Amino acid sequence: MKRETILNAALLLILLAIPLWAQSADEPFIITLTTRAVIFAIAGVGLNFALGFGGLVSFGHAAFFGIGGYAMGILAYHAQTYTPLMEWPFVIEGTKSMPVIWLVAIITSAIVAVALGALSLRTSGVYFIMITLAFAQMFFFFTISWPTYGGEDGLSIYIRNDFPGLNTMDPIQFYAICYVILLLVLFFVYRAAHSPFGLALSAARQNEDRIQAIGQGPYRLYLTAYVISGAITGLAGALFADLNRFVSPTMFSWQTSGEIMIFVILGGVGRVFGPVAGAALFILLEHQLGGLSEFWHIYLGAILLGVVLFARGGLFGFIAGREVAHD
Amino acid sequence: MSLLKLSHISAFYGPSQALFDVHLSLEEGQVLALMGRNGMGKSTTVKVICRMLKNRGGSIMFDGRDMARLKSFQAAKSGIGLVPEGRRCFSNLTVHENLIAASRPGEWDFAAVARLFPRLEERRDQLAASLSGGEQQMLAVGRALMTNPRLLILDEATEGLAPVVRQEIWAAIARLKAETGMAILVIDKSLKELGTVADTAVIVEKGVSVWHGDFGDLTPEVTDKYLGV
Repeated sequence: MKRETILNAALLLILLAIPLWAQSADEPFIITLTTRAVIFAIAGVGLNFALGFGGLVSFGHAAFFGIGGYAMGILAYHAQTYTPLMEWPFVIEGTKSMPVIWLVAIITSAIVAVALGALSLRTSGVYFIMITLAFAQMFFFFTISWPTYGGEDGLSIYIRNDFPGLNTMDPIQFYAICYVILLLVLFFVYRAAHSPFGLALSAARQNEDRIQAIGQGPYRLYLTAYVISGAITGLAGALFADLNRFVSPTMFSWQTSGEIMIFVILGGVGRVFGPVAGAALFILLEHQLGGLSEFWHIYLGAILLGVVLFARGGLFGFIAGREVAHD
Repeated sequence: MSLLKLSHISAFYGPSQALFDVHLSLEEGQVLALMGRNGMGKSTTVKVICRMLKNRGGSIMFDGRDMARLKSFQAAKSGIGLVPEGRRCFSNLTVHENLIAASRPGEWDFAAVARLFPRLEERRDQLAASLSGGEQQMLAVGRALMTNPRLLILDEATEGLAPVVRQEIWAAIARLKAETGMAILVIDKSLKELGTVADTAVIVEKGVSVWHGDFGDLTPEVTDKYLGV
């Protein structure tokens, strides 16, 4: 068995074992912390699809994280205030149903990703980085000046949304939902990465001219990857908002984009499970180092420097070696 | 009607004119040898056919369709499979992945390519970067076949390969001609091997097609004049 497969399995087992232990030890905070790691992992897996497989260095994925968050926040807000979302030309009510909210988050993020991607992908390199950042900042400033949904103060949701048959207020049950979603997302991304589309995307990252010679248009490949990536990150945003029962413009901030990128780089760019390891490590560092000093980001920065300089494959590359770029 | 027809093609690299007046015509099921000394415009002609370089003058018709406005990936989609000079496999993918990335519906799938080049089946999960030159060439041919083309273009397909491997590539080209009826355009320096597969030939000299006809009609005078060193 390949070292990477063992590492993948170990990672999933650890993420399963910690909350189960925390539940038995009556440590709900640890469960919430692990839930955060899993949700961040989903966001990282989303970004990794564009960045790792397509080489698209998007510095604006907070846009999708925030859209997913606000999709949850807006729908839940209208459900809790018993006011319709819109009345004309037809009535749309709010909802507290998680599956419906997830679907709205995914579709909305995907639609926005089509629009942003269609424009951003006409550029490349540093211009692509800057334009994606600019779009995310546009959303950030828009939500700050949007009083209907809390403006700068954000929007609180009093009750966590519902999932049929589960008590979502119970931390372990909400964790189970997030964990299963992470598994589904990883399965989807693994299959997509090994499909003709995913392989062509990896090939396009290496050489755009060559991929055209086998009948694949790079623009279409990149746009599809960007939309899938945005939709996954949007789903993570909806879960994150549900975890905190709060949404605010911070979800759209460039720091959020940076953090999602850190999950990918720490874990291993282009490795399906890389961002899972990256997000888990980030949360661990935040928890441990954050207890030592409020300036814990300095230590994180030093670690990130070390990874970039000495372990370019991230945690996965360091342990499992550089076998296949997208494996 | 010709499957591929180039008329009065001229093309430039920036301000430098590389092609002045190239004509060629290729029928379905035919093998055409595109010949000429180094730097005379053979690979440039291929680039123009594959739309990697836009022609400034003349016309290119493929399967009755004007190719002028097509991008290179659209040309490939329309049925032109290219085996580029220097192999150029995707080194970050395995053999199987290189082939799957190129796959389009049709009779050519991984099993069919593996029947043509059994070595690719043996190397299925190896990274393309770790293959020998000959195996990379087989992979490049297989990858072009996976697009299920109507026209296969091989640009210097046997250059730099060991004689045994070259024989394997030529045998594969002969099999393609005999068994598939695919049109093939080959660029190669080996007249002897070209003679085993080519039906017609075009010679390019300084960006102009100076001779065309049946391959069997090539006389020593013509080859000495245009191909001799």
